[in-house]
Amino acid sequence: MRFSGLKVISEALRGHKGWEATWRDATPKSHYDYIIIGGGGHGLATAYYLARRYGKANIAVVEKGWLGGGNVGRNTTIIRSNYMLDGNEPFYELSLKLWEGLEQDLNYNAMVSQRGILNLFHTDAQRDASIRRGNAMLLNGADADLLTTEQIKNRYPFLNTEDARFPIKGGLAQHRGGTVRHDAVAWGYARSASRLGVDIIQNCEVTGLDIKNNKCVGVTTTRGPIKGGKVACCVAGSSSRVMAMAGIRLPIESHVLQAFVSEGLKPLIPGVITFGAGHFYCSQSDKGGLVFGGDIDGYNSYAQRGNLPIVEDVCEGGMAILPNLGRLRLLRMWGGIMDMSMDGSPIIDKTPIENLYFNGGWCYGGFKATPASGLCYAHLLATGNPHETATAYRFDRFERGLMIDEKGQGNQPNLH
Amino acid sequence: MIINHPLLGPRDAAEFTYLGDASLINRPDGMAENALPAFIDYGYLRDNVAGNHRELWFHEQGDRSWLVVTRHTLTHEIVKVELAADVARKEGRSK
Repeated sequence: MRFSGLKVISEALRGHKGWEATWRDATPKSHYDYIIIGGGGHGLATAYYLARRYGKANIAVVEKGWLGGGNVGRNTTIIRSNYMLDGNEPFYELSLKLWEGLEQDLNYNAMVSQRGILNLFHTDAQRDASIRRGNAMLLNGADADLLTTEQIKNRYPFLNTEDARFPIKGGLAQHRGGTVRHDAVAWGYARSASRLGVDIIQNCEVTGLDIKNNKCVGVTTTRGPIKGGKVACCVAGSSSRVMAMAGIRLPIESHVLQAFVSEGLKPLIPGVITFGAGHFYCSQSDKGGLVFGGDIDGYNSYAQRGNLPIVEDVCEGGMAILPNLGRLRLLRMWGGIMDMSMDGSPIIDKTPIENLYFNGGWCYGGFKATPASGLCYAHLLATGNPHETATAYRFDRFERGLMIDEKGQGNQPNLH
Repeated sequence: MIINHPLLGPRDAAEFTYLGDASLINRPDGMAENALPAFIDYGYLRDNVAGNHRELWFHEQGDRSWLVVTRHTLTHEIVKVELAADVARKEGRSK
């Protein structure tokens, strides 16, 4: 569908009854050159970049449910590139640059808002770590700014800087970070991909992978078999379930991460703020609700709902820096399923089975990675080689001892 | 979640810490021919099932015993709780 000022005015006069669907609801053909399993943000972005940047055609995105019903619609919408390690930072900085040009690229309002992100620190050791991280970001062309307590007080007067247990000693800010309207990302990519001829097939669950002589030749679905040239798995959260159809075990555990939205408030919090002494982060949506979250629950789960101990933990973290949250009522809370990998970093790679590709292991950082994940996965599918910023995201990094472990926790997925 | 501890009765899951798949009890033999692939498998690869999952929980704020809990990962329902020592002995791991 095309939007124009004239169309908006004429539709307003006609009761908005003439709008078409934003993307074509395709029915599956018998064969595609590229079958992307999973119509989340990453799958749609992959299809879009495959068609747009790499000029490929005959592409299908096969989605079990409806577009925007998975993690792309269940996250806390934050974008940032404040990573430290070489394998990660160039990739996430590419992603942030793609976010900055996304709306012009898609000609679609995804409400990309670079309102900034601030990671607070509370000890001298944390200050040193933040300086190191900031320098790593600067070396990779990202922006980083170390703020003093005074600067933080001026910008965020409501923060509890004098807490006896966790005084705020400063913070590392990335002013180019921010938030994006998550649903609009799915819709925007879907609309643009659909206009480039990509078939987006909803309500079509992949029930099996058609593998002959160690080569993937298609998928079976609830809407019939589909033959494919290349089959690309892109279902973070359920990666182990889909790859089990190919007999592949992954360095991944599925965990539930909860998120919360408060009742609507007048503008209170500019940007995203994260607590450094516990796990709590918070931003304010354009509708006024405070959007916040914290740690994963910590045990394997596919349930899309969590339990109360984490709710308590998140609220304690929130109260430590934002005591004015105390009387706030919660509007909604929910859980999403994360691919927690063994080193906390993702995988974009070929598999041991020919023509079967894998993208997953995003832990709880998948949303911010959406554009770069799509671009790098499209690059891998189109050229057969990893994109230059994603060369570290290989399956064999575990056996080769080349883990990308930002937190230094080792092979314990629930601690990343 | 409530974990029905075999010795202490029903306890809040918040008293426990979580390690992961109970297959971690079966540490491979480091001196075996195939030790390298066996340890890559042991250290990094998981079944990650959607269904009944046998997993190790440590009663950190209790009697500090290790438990093997069988829990459904789609409903969080706990169907069986055993002492990890008993499980390991049954599998011939511990003397």
